[in-house]
Amino acid sequence: MSLQLVKAGYIPLVDAAPLIVAKELGFAEEEGLSLALEAAPSWSTLRDLLAFGQIQAAHMLSPVPVASALGLLAGLPRLNALMVTSANGNVFGLSSDMTKRLLDAGFGFDLHDAKVAGQAIATLPRPLRIGVPFALSMHAELVTMWLTHLGLTTGQDFHIQAVPPPLMTAAIERRELDGFCVGEPWGSITVERAAGSLVLPTAAIWSSAPEKVLAVRESWAEENDETVSGLMRAVWRACCWLSDEKNLTMAAEVLSTGAYLGINSEVIDRALSGRFIINSTGDMRRVENFLRFEGNGVCFPWLSQGRWIAERLSQRYGLPETADLAAASQVFRTDLYRKHLFPIGAEMPLRSSKIEGALTQPTEVSTVSGSMILGRDRFFNDEIFDPSAE
Amino acid sequence: MRQRNTLSNDLTIVIVERDKERALSIVDSLLETGDHKIHVLAEESGLSRSIARLQPDVVLIDVANPSRDTIEQLATAASPLERPVAFFVDHSDAQMTKSAIEAGVSAYVVDGLHTDRIKPVMDAAIARFQMFQRMRAELETTKRALEERKVIDRAKGLLMKARGISEEEAYALLRKTAMGQGKRVADVASALVTTADLLS
Repeated sequence: MSLQLVKAGYIPLVDAAPLIVAKELGFAEEEGLSLALEAAPSWSTLRDLLAFGQIQAAHMLSPVPVASALGLLAGLPRLNALMVTSANGNVFGLSSDMTKRLLDAGFGFDLHDAKVAGQAIATLPRPLRIGVPFALSMHAELVTMWLTHLGLTTGQDFHIQAVPPPLMTAAIERRELDGFCVGEPWGSITVERAAGSLVLPTAAIWSSAPEKVLAVRESWAEENDETVSGLMRAVWRACCWLSDEKNLTMAAEVLSTGAYLGINSEVIDRALSGRFIINSTGDMRRVENFLRFEGNGVCFPWLSQGRWIAERLSQRYGLPETADLAAASQVFRTDLYRKHLFPIGAEMPLRSSKIEGALTQPTEVSTVSGSMILGRDRFFNDEIFDPSAE
Repeated sequence: MRQRNTLSNDLTIVIVERDKERALSIVDSLLETGDHKIHVLAEESGLSRSIARLQPDVVLIDVANPSRDTIEQLATAASPLERPVAFFVDHSDAQMTKSAIEAGVSAYVVDGLHTDRIKPVMDAAIARFQMFQRMRAELETTKRALEERKVIDRAKGLLMKARGISEEEAYALLRKTAMGQGKRVADVASALVTTADLLS
């Protein structure tokens, strides 16, 4: 049988693992797909490669498809999120100078309490210059939400700047940044280079934030139902494989090869296992659920999560009130997820939308075929996001 | 003779490029389309600030440059407080944008600039980046050919020593084996060299 070629792009990050594993462990081949993976130099280039059809699928920041539907991508075609491929996995950190200030003030670096960390950060000299990989990212949304809640004003008390992660460490060393929020391995690399320390996983700001999605052009998804199905199955199986703890050592090895991340597997393992070295002194911290691939409804592209992103983008970009946020959230394709993944055993919640931030602990809910456990879902400020409330 | 209104045609252009020679080559090609004021930024350091200071009409950057995401922010900055220049990604002419991306260059254009004014500049930039791509492809082909040549020479040497045959005979043997296995001479030579390295 000849394999159907699918070109997919990714940014070399630990959370690119689902696509990489789908290829390397043969999940794509089982679906009759030959997955050709291409590393992109930047999020904007990855988005353009996808938008202009040089690739068919991409490992993408979850706000990008929503932004495409809100008209924030200046004329690029609508992108869809077929499924969520990872929840959380980013870390907020500070430069060595700022770290020292917090240490002198007795801050404990517990990597757990976003309120305490935020209050400590609010004592630092302003404006804080904070690097994120891309303007349209959960990094930007969560940091803005967090610091704004603590009384800081964006553009005044803090500036969010897009800095490519490979250049982030150098920017911190040149004292052009005070803080950063990046996906692994870049936080750990900054620690390895003794340029800064880790302060807070973004999971402490929102414990079930959809981080990366499997993105395609909407028009392509419409015309290639069978390929979409194979691709989703392969990537979902890879996500399941990655959520099994005993596979993580192997996952770290696969990711560490020169073809993908090209760095020591021990550094990659920190994100996968949640065991971090947080500063150049070698202090260690354990972070539960730092990065999750599947289980507890992670992969399900909840319309309510798409809606949350749409609301945040609408606020940050000052969109007119006429902007149809509900329509924008439809780029999260729960319909395709149900259609293609139910037959291979993915649990399907009865509703495609939920109240975000409402679960203080893992909770059992009914599904189409029985029940499933939804993971803890809390915002650091106990905010509740109810997408049905207008 | 063609009349050109210099006032309306001249643009302020920023090129983000580390390689000096490439940058100069782009500058030359752009100057053929008008008396533009062109700045080359080679450093990632303080990129947004430099661009804000220069107030360009157009920013050109290699699509392979990771700093594209920094410039992108100028195009998508959320609040007016954060937006030093009102840029947009020029997707108004989809075909032009597609050609540009394929050639390996992306353009950020100041809000309100007419497509007619940007087109000649983009055409010149696209042509120049296509040339870079060809040069890179040629360079890679040449490099690979040289490397293969080296491996074939080593394989010939190994065969000559092991079998006591002449250089021509050694090459004939490599070629015969390659043809028999439906492979390239370079691949057979490379397999032989690897094996010899393992056995030595």
